[in-house]
Amino acid sequence: MNTDLNQSNFISLIGRKILRSSEICGEVVILVKRTFYWFFHAPLNRRNVFLQLLEMGARTFPVTSLTLFFTGMVLALQSGYSFIKVFNEPLYVGRLVGASICKELGPVLTSLVFAGRVGAAVAAELGTMKVTEQIDALYTLGTNPIKYLAVPRFLAAMLMLPLLVIYSDFIGILGGFLIAHFRFGIPPNVYFDEIYIMQIREVVHGLIKAVVFGLIIITISCYEGLTTEGGAEGVGQSTTSAVVISMVLVLVGDYFLTALLVAFRIG
Amino acid sequence: MIQISDLFKCFGRKIVHQGISFEVDKGEVLTIIGGSGSGKSVLLKQMVGLIKPDRGEIYIDGKAISHLEEEELQEVQKMIGYVFQEAALFDSLTVAENVSFGLYNLLKFSEHEAKKIVRDKLALVGLSGIEDLKPAQLSGGMKKRVGIARAIALNPKILLYDEPTTGLDPVMSDVINDLILKLKKETQTTAIAVTHDMKSAYKISDRIAMLYEGKILEIGTPQQIQNSKNPILRQFISGSSFGPIPIPGHKNNEHRN
Ligand SMILES: Nc1ncnc2c1ncn2[C@@H]1O[C@H](COP(=O)(O)OP(=O)(O)OP(=O)(O)O)[C@@H](O)[C@H]1O
Ligand SMILES: [Mg+2]
Repeated sequence: MNTDLNQSNFISLIGRKILRSSEICGEVVILVKRTFYWFFHAPLNRRNVFLQLLEMGARTFPVTSLTLFFTGMVLALQSGYSFIKVFNEPLYVGRLVGASICKELGPVLTSLVFAGRVGAAVAAELGTMKVTEQIDALYTLGTNPIKYLAVPRFLAAMLMLPLLVIYSDFIGILGGFLIAHFRFGIPPNVYFDEIYIMQIREVVHGLIKAVVFGLIIITISCYEGLTTEGGAEGVGQSTTSAVVISMVLVLVGDYFLTALLVAFRIG
Repeated sequence: MIQISDLFKCFGRKIVHQGISFEVDKGEVLTIIGGSGSGKSVLLKQMVGLIKPDRGEIYIDGKAISHLEEEELQEVQKMIGYVFQEAALFDSLTVAENVSFGLYNLLKFSEHEAKKIVRDKLALVGLSGIEDLKPAQLSGGMKKRVGIARAIALNPKILLYDEPTTGLDPVMSDVINDLILKLKKETQTTAIAVTHDMKSAYKISDRIAMLYEGKILEIGTPQQIQNSKNPILRQFISGSSFGPIPIPGHKNNEHRN
């Protein structure tokens, strides 16, 4: 009897959760749709786009530099030693570092950092605006918040993240080079020749991922921000959710996106 | 100008409005009074379409607004200035940018014109020389007045004030009272003001409406309200804690009855 009740409670709880989740998915899709609608149907607020580009770029690039620099170094170190074990000399270090960074680690690690910094900032800012009625105030002053707040952020994120990834790729390859050269004595021309033979598709592979991750991160962060309820506590919750959900989606999405891109022979 | 008919609104299980109807004519100033949490702000927000009613309709200038598409609603919102209870200034912008926000976004004023309008509107609310400050650098009362300047910057036909004088000193409160009357007289601006300040309610209102338990308890001229026999209204306007209005956690209500 008692367990029956618990069970039905449990099932209805799951039911409610599923309903709520599909509702949220619907709302997220609507947010993206409306953002694209406003992007094409209203003049762009250049100032806001510019400010966002600056903010997102400046906010993230020191951390991504550091992350990718060390990632490149550690990749070179690991692969160098592994290859020495197998071939007695450090072959293919450039090839390995270049491909790993450009196809996977560059886009994914940069996106994770981006989610942490930009996602949190966007969710917190929009969330604060929501709970202090600034979003309502926008409406009453004849400005659509999606147009004024979401569009510039979407645009900036989808432009800036690929740029950051290109930049990170360079830094990562540079980090790898330092180790390859100074630790394993690989001559620069050997290392960089292996980088140059990398095909453009491989870099494009990484950049397509970056654009998609940018879209994911900014969608989640804007959604979390614009649906914030409940004062300072609510802002904190939105910010945390924005970061955690974006990071998870980036990592999970990376697998499926890679599978898709490989199926289409990109990279 | 504004017509509200049979409005119902609840949040989850909490019923806020249960059948509110009234009309406001052009150039009239209506004051809404009522206890904290009685749904005054929610009522104002429904009038600009920020909150959708569950049932009932709101007509602005003859147009039903509760089911409008976003763009049509925006047209209606352009006629309305809204003063938020907590000012709701954009804290990433300066005072001048806040006040001129609607000007740039709606009507494409030149920078020079906008500057002059900003200065004039700030002067109307008794402020000057603060154009370049950020909202975080202002006091509560200053924020409130900047919020009023922002709402009147576009010369809207309708102004909704959510507690315009709360947090202001008595002199400044009266400056705002005079401003509301001045706008009414000079430009026939219709206004609905929510206030707890009975002195200013008597001064500015053509009519006063009392909101109680989700309904309009009574609506009438300041004179009628002052002379009302309704015990709840009497208790409210005299500001006494004794009387028929239940106060959670207090057992004072029987004393006087
Ligand atoms: N977004 C919301 N979600 C849930 N409940 C809400 C929401 N907004 C308002 N309420 C509830 O509606 C009721 C009326 O709120 P409202 O802000 O209109 O009160 P008020 O009359 O303006 O009070 P005050 O004089 O203190 O400003 C309150 O009980 C509040 O809890
Ligand atoms: Mg209120």
